[in-house]
Amino acid sequence: MTSPLSKTGMAACLIVLILCALTPLLQSDYLIDVVTEILIVALFALSLNIIIGYSGNVSFGHAAYFAIGGYVNAILLTTYGWPLLPSAVAGVFAATLTAAVVAYFCTRLTDIYFAMLTLAFSMLVWAILFKWRSLTNGDDGFTPVHVPAVIDDRTAFFYFTMIVIVISIAVLWVITHSAFGRSLVAVRENVGRAGFVGIHTRRMRWQAFVIAGFFAGVAGVLFGMYHRGMYVESAFWTQSAQVLIMTLLGGIYSFFGPLIGAAVLFMLERLTNEYTEYWPTVLGSILLIILLFQPDGLVGLGKRIKNKFGGGGSP
Amino acid sequence: MTALLSIKNLWKDFGGFVATRDVTFDLAEGERHAIIGPNGAGKTTFFNLITGHMHPSKGSVEFRGKDITGIPPHKVVKLGIARSFQRINIFPRMSVFENVQVALMSREDQSLKMFKLCFDLHVAETNQLLDTVGLLSEAEETAGELAYGKQKQLELAIALAENPDVLLLDEPTAGMSPTETGDAIKLVDRITKERGLTLLFTEHDMGVVFGISDRISVLHHGEIIASGLPDDVRNDPEVRRIYLGEDADAAA
Repeated sequence: MTSPLSKTGMAACLIVLILCALTPLLQSDYLIDVVTEILIVALFALSLNIIIGYSGNVSFGHAAYFAIGGYVNAILLTTYGWPLLPSAVAGVFAATLTAAVVAYFCTRLTDIYFAMLTLAFSMLVWAILFKWRSLTNGDDGFTPVHVPAVIDDRTAFFYFTMIVIVISIAVLWVITHSAFGRSLVAVRENVGRAGFVGIHTRRMRWQAFVIAGFFAGVAGVLFGMYHRGMYVESAFWTQSAQVLIMTLLGGIYSFFGPLIGAAVLFMLERLTNEYTEYWPTVLGSILLIILLFQPDGLVGLGKRIKNKFGGGGSP
Repeated sequence: MTALLSIKNLWKDFGGFVATRDVTFDLAEGERHAIIGPNGAGKTTFFNLITGHMHPSKGSVEFRGKDITGIPPHKVVKLGIARSFQRINIFPRMSVFENVQVALMSREDQSLKMFKLCFDLHVAETNQLLDTVGLLSEAEETAGELAYGKQKQLELAIALAENPDVLLLDEPTAGMSPTETGDAIKLVDRITKERGLTLLFTEHDMGVVFGISDRISVLHHGEIIASGLPDDVRNDPEVRRIYLGEDADAAA
């Protein structure tokens, strides 16, 4: 039987968790910022993988739900002076609701048509954010965001983010390892056969999309508050592409893959930008290498190395 | 014997090409019925019409007296009609265990349950089904990496997991060597007897067919040209002409 989470896996999770929690002790603002941001993009990538890795469809428009969550929360906090909790909930709710409507249409399609439709909807969201100047301030960006006093401090915000993200990831883990999660993999593997074991495949794909929208919304809410601003670029297709690359880089067939991909790509971008202005070139090369040589990402690479050097007995 | 599955005047045409022509057919509860016919006779189409994978142009399909014409596959299977497919149709990147477990979860209406962890679900029953088809020792292997014959066995386990009343097998021995064929047929024979399943299967190997079927229907150009006890069908002049005449080699 597939074991829930191996002992080493559990230990690794715990170590990462403790290391994260201890970050503020190092007294480095830079490090706190980096870890906060990685946590946010990691959740964003993990949410996208529910659609890609688990339901087997590629979304080119996942930034839409991220941006909606971020904008709704930012606007309610700042323009309307809502308290944090209702505002954040409203942001996530708006993202989820939009995802539910979009998914209703997208799950009628598969493959490239599905991908293109998600892209189309996200461009629609982008256009609205761009044009609705009175509400969003258009391409000047919605800034500054009023961040509630309780978390208006680097360390406080870091812990707030960490708690939200860890809970979110735990919930995602449960969902992907539930009866639903496993059935969803069956849908990815063979839609036709899944239908003929009695699985309502379209409903499954819809549900997966909504879950992904929900957690993208959570990530967006945190992102807006962290940057104290929301910008139309976060709804643009390039943002969708970036999170897609993170997911692919980490590996779509593993739960934690996208988290690793997000962390690695984020750090690579930071470091590259310190030395050259050619990040897109580096990004392009990374994408090429993954697609050509390592379609199951860093996690797949890790497994292969482990099989070669460690034990090698079990396939 | 009452008819469990009753098909009335079923037609299917694909833009002028008639794949199923006015087929009327009853399957009695507990019987083991073979549909034979040369390649292209319309056997698979006939199955697809029953299981909702295709919509008939005309006619009706009734199961236990209820009209199920045009019902989508995921609902048909819930009524108690399971099938295997001519071409391997499994979940390749999942383990053998998971392949069967997924079917059991669906049968128990758990597929949409997001907060019910899957690890302990139906472990005993999954293993028992794998044991039935002889795959218990391969439970942890990746389904797509099994040998062809074993993948066919897995298909059977998935179909059985749906706990069907009727099992439709579309050429269960297609692509198998003679030894594999013999084993597969013994397996199907044993399982259907043990579980009291009604069996409808297609096949073009005549030897296989006469071994385990109670009744045989012959499909030719989408039409049932003979139906009855194995011996009657064997001696039917029309069948002999099709099978033993100019098509003798193809039917062997």
